[in-house]
Amino acid sequence: MTLTTVLLMSVPLALLCLLLGLIYKGIDRRLGARMQARTGPPVMQPLRDIRKLMLKENIVPKHAVPWLFSLMPVVALGSTLALLMYVPLFGQAPLLGSYGDMVSVLYMLLIPSLTLVIGGFVSSSPYAVVGAQREMVTMISYEFPLAITIVAFAWLASVAAPGSAAFAFSTFSAVPVWSMTSILGSCGLIILFAVMIVVTSGEMGAVPFDAAEAETEIAGGLLSEYSGRNLALFYMASAVKMVVLGSVIIALFLPFGISGYAGLEGMAAQAADAGFFLLKLFAVIFAASTFPRVAVPRLRITQIVKMYWVYATAAAIIGLTLIGIDVLVEAI
Amino acid sequence: MKAKALNRSLWVFHVNTGSCNGCDIEIVAAMTPRYDLERFGIKLVGSPRHADVLLVTGPVTRDMKKKLKLIYDQTPDPKVVMSVGNCGNSTGVFYESYNIEGPIDRIVPVDIYVAGCPPRPEAIIDGVVKAWKKLEEMKKK
Ligand code: SF4
Repeated sequence: MTLTTVLLMSVPLALLCLLLGLIYKGIDRRLGARMQARTGPPVMQPLRDIRKLMLKENIVPKHAVPWLFSLMPVVALGSTLALLMYVPLFGQAPLLGSYGDMVSVLYMLLIPSLTLVIGGFVSSSPYAVVGAQREMVTMISYEFPLAITIVAFAWLASVAAPGSAAFAFSTFSAVPVWSMTSILGSCGLIILFAVMIVVTSGEMGAVPFDAAEAETEIAGGLLSEYSGRNLALFYMASAVKMVVLGSVIIALFLPFGISGYAGLEGMAAQAADAGFFLLKLFAVIFAASTFPRVAVPRLRITQIVKMYWVYATAAAIIGLTLIGIDVLVEAI
Repeated sequence: MKAKALNRSLWVFHVNTGSCNGCDIEIVAAMTPRYDLERFGIKLVGSPRHADVLLVTGPVTRDMKKKLKLIYDQTPDPKVVMSVGNCGNSTGVFYESYNIEGPIDRIVPVDIYVAGCPPRPEAIIDGVVKAWKKLEEMKKK
């Protein structure tokens, strides 16, 4: 892909995914309300919220570090939009796929969370500082099971498809992981899939893992001092991040299209795959955000750490072991 | 334009200035499945910095006077203040008590008064609708 196509494609893609993320947030809220037997806000509600926030006064607290405080929301949105260039979306290869792989995406996924942490620390509010510390602890916690999952994938790719780039998304979109393993390995993959969904919940800051933002106990935590435009930017960043995280899971575990089964070709096939991608994204967001939000109350920060470091890590190691046994048995 | 953007997305911060908790429970009741304020885009937020509407309950005890002022100043413009319950409107059952600084409109400007001890959730929803009307009037000016 040449530089001009990348430049031409990136802006519409970013806008589309921003809109998509906000609409998915609206669906998430509406669906959550329906699950609680409420009517819920219209699906367009997040767009209205953004429009309103843009018109509100933008307050920078007196004791904050003004330039860092105002810079962080911009960096948050910018870095999540940049991430869109590295993950496969709508059943297509990523725009800058040849420049980044799974590992770089994982590192870049830390940036939006880090901006939240820095924004919290410089906003001079004790609530924000507590929120920032909790966010850091959450980040450290989910990193470990996530790393195990990535290692399992790289190992599988290096054994099952030798010669291909072990960390590239394209390896897994060409050959779905499920076809790389037999029954035992598939069990391992299912466990890793569940672990990844839980990790994604944490990365999204969805409710059981939102101790950093807990608005009922620490007044909105990290974001407690942000208002107006800055808050809108953080809100949009979290919407885009939802799309990115969903696409990462889809790229790793559900890289299937339906055009092959429907016997479509050309443009029709691409459109069908893009539509199917939206459906898969909805399923992932439902599983990682809407369902746990309605089903489980907020965990304490100690419980979050235990959840990830003990249970999720143990599950991930079991998954990795199953896949390892499977690979070794196949090799014999 | 300003008011139009506000009237379908009101974020509410709830301030308790010494109420008996009766009003607060009615506010929470307005968010439950039976009344569901969220269907109008109304959401309770945890920080005054995010709020468009300050929902103030209670007769304002001496201790809360400064804090109420502070919270009012912390809320970004444009904003609406709603006083919920007789205590906030007129100090109600705490009338002429030695440690009461209220009613609320002596301390911050109040836009909407909701009467009742405690007001029913319907009355609170009615108050929110009045808040929209108020904002629309602001738009015309
Ligand atoms: S108005 Fe009545 S219910 Fe409300 S805080 Fe006062 S005494 Fe309690």
